[in-house]
Amino acid sequence: MKILLVDDEADYVSTLAERLSFRGIEAKWASGGQDALKYLETDSYDLAVLDVKMPKIGGLELKKEIEKKYPDMKFIYLTGHGSEDDYQKGVADSVHYLIKPVNIDDLIKMMNKVMEGKD
Amino acid sequence: MSIAQYFKPAFLERPSPDNTVYKHTFNFRKIWKMTVLITAAVALIPLISITAIDYNVTQKAIESEILLRVGRVASNTKRSIDFFLAKHKSVLDFLINDNTFEELKEVGRLTEILKHLKTGFGGFVDIGVINSKGIQTAYIGDYKLEGKDYSTQPWFKKAVEQGVYISDVFLGFRNQPHFVIAIKRIYSIDADRKSSMAKYSVSTPILEQKTEKDFYLLRATIDAEHFNELLSGLELSGMGDAFIINHSGIIQTPSRIHGDVLKKIDIPIPEYSDHTEVREYMDSRKNTNIVGYAYIPDTNFILMIVKNKVQLMKSWYSTRSILIIFLALSITIILGVILSMTTYLVSNLYIADKKRAMAMHRIGYDNKMATIGRLAAGVAHEINNPLAVINEKAGLIKDMFIYQHKYDKDEKLINLVESVISSVQRCGNITHRLLNFARHLEVSIKSVNIKNLIDDVLGFLGKEAEYRSIKVIVDIPDSLPDMVCDRGKMQQIFLNLINNAFAAIESDGTLKIEAHQKNSQFCIITVSDTGCGIRPADLELIFEPFYTTKASKGGTGLGLSITYGLVSEAGGYINVESEVGKGTRFIVTLPYKHHTGKKEKKIANGL
Repeated sequence: MKILLVDDEADYVSTLAERLSFRGIEAKWASGGQDALKYLETDSYDLAVLDVKMPKIGGLELKKEIEKKYPDMKFIYLTGHGSEDDYQKGVADSVHYLIKPVNIDDLIKMMNKVMEGKD
Repeated sequence: MSIAQYFKPAFLERPSPDNTVYKHTFNFRKIWKMTVLITAAVALIPLISITAIDYNVTQKAIESEILLRVGRVASNTKRSIDFFLAKHKSVLDFLINDNTFEELKEVGRLTEILKHLKTGFGGFVDIGVINSKGIQTAYIGDYKLEGKDYSTQPWFKKAVEQGVYISDVFLGFRNQPHFVIAIKRIYSIDADRKSSMAKYSVSTPILEQKTEKDFYLLRATIDAEHFNELLSGLELSGMGDAFIINHSGIIQTPSRIHGDVLKKIDIPIPEYSDHTEVREYMDSRKNTNIVGYAYIPDTNFILMIVKNKVQLMKSWYSTRSILIIFLALSITIILGVILSMTTYLVSNLYIADKKRAMAMHRIGYDNKMATIGRLAAGVAHEINNPLAVINEKAGLIKDMFIYQHKYDKDEKLINLVESVISSVQRCGNITHRLLNFARHLEVSIKSVNIKNLIDDVLGFLGKEAEYRSIKVIVDIPDSLPDMVCDRGKMQQIFLNLINNAFAAIESDGTLKIEAHQKNSQFCIITVSDTGCGIRPADLELIFEPFYTTKASKGGTGLGLSITYGLVSEAGGYINVESEVGKGTRFIVTLPYKHHTGKKEKKIANGL
């Protein structure tokens, strides 16, 4: 299972990646949409965990970009602001959704659920 | 409380500053008064003036018509009397010229003349001849008046002076009214001589020496009955009366109303005039009379046509009362319409103004809430990001303890990290709740669990309850179905009610929130406190907008009114029970499926 973590806060996303690695999950992290797209040019992933609010390219936008290339990829959203609009959009796109601060076990549970749904 | 107070529109009340913070945009009392006064003036002044003018014009026209009619009758009657008198005068004139003094003195001749007069004219009672010394030399009639000396009588002198004399009416011995006509003739020697010569060949001065200045009078008494017929034959309207008086006001011919014959008249004697005149006089019975009169020339007579003004004006009086009733009715209707229309309009204006003020307040309130919501959401979001970093870092430290076994013997460090993580979790809960609250400020209808909702609201006030040691009891069964509604509005309803309850509770009180199902459509949620309670007088006004007992403490008087509005908007209703000193209970009945749309109408009903 190849996972890409995207968040504008590198400190946050790198720590999250490290914690996941303790639990045996290898994840690559990118500090923003452009970074993420760069990684995606050379590599492919099964699942992306995206922050909704990011400068330049937001999570929802980024998802559309990625889907052009990898239509089978799965997504999980993270957000600090659980606004109604984001929530509604998320539901409409049938994408999974977690509000920061996130409990790491919840995240892993959701990841497994999403991947199971895929297979 | 008087009955008038039930009809008194609310805008006429002077606002009492103690109980309301609502400020009038307009002075409704003044608007009402001005509108009533101006419209009433504009409507009534022309109406009243037109009616007054018409009243005067009509009255004057009728009066002058009456005067004219009386005048015409008087002048016609005068002509008849003139003619009557002239006729009798002419007859005597003819007789005195047709017969010589000697012939007239002859009893047989005079008897024949009287007989012919009686049959030809009627009314002649007696006839006599009087010489220049005033001695009646011949007389035919019922009385023995031959040889009577009239020389000292005033009428004799007048007849001598004027050549003709018509006497006043007098009662004769038979108690019949009579009057006398006397004609004077100067001796015409030639004529006498001629006639003497024709009858007696020798002219002989027999008894008297006749001179050029000598004269004699022919005197006849006429029954006044004929005179009366002339007048009583007149058909006069309006209790009319036609009669003759002499210059000293003694009634000469019978009057129906104004006195008996030969008595003094009860109205003033009209002043002399050549023509027929019409005047108004009061009689002794205080009746106003229209008097048409005419002085009969060469006599002592005044013809009087007297009519009762009130009788004549009778038709006018009925017209007048119709006019006045019409006017009074019009004024009543106009005033009634003006008063009710103005009251209706101004009270609508008043209600609209009150609604406007409330809407303004509500917009302000909503804006405030929205601002607070945005602010809270902003803060929560900003805090969430660093919180997430702290969370992950602390999580990583913990992971390192667990997975690398480097520090796993240091219990204290693990506990410290645990405590950081749990604190972060608490912060997260707070920010989540804030975000959740702010999110529901936007209108959205969805399924809401009532217990969750109440817990959410209490979450904000829980600390306050703790500080003031208020016991909060929530009794909501889990079996209660979810409600389809706008969560934000529900939050507002219960936030208001619980806030009010907290304000009413001093300390050590109890707040109890219960909910149960009423039927398949409604559930009942009660919020009861053991606070100070509400006075019965305030109880019926607490849902009125701008009604507050906390004006001095910054109360707007809108909290409960907005709550009431929100509840009715949702299709529910709210009741209140309270006892001073014991506490208050608000009973909110809400449908499981809230109404949406028709918001304006509901708000209007809520007012």
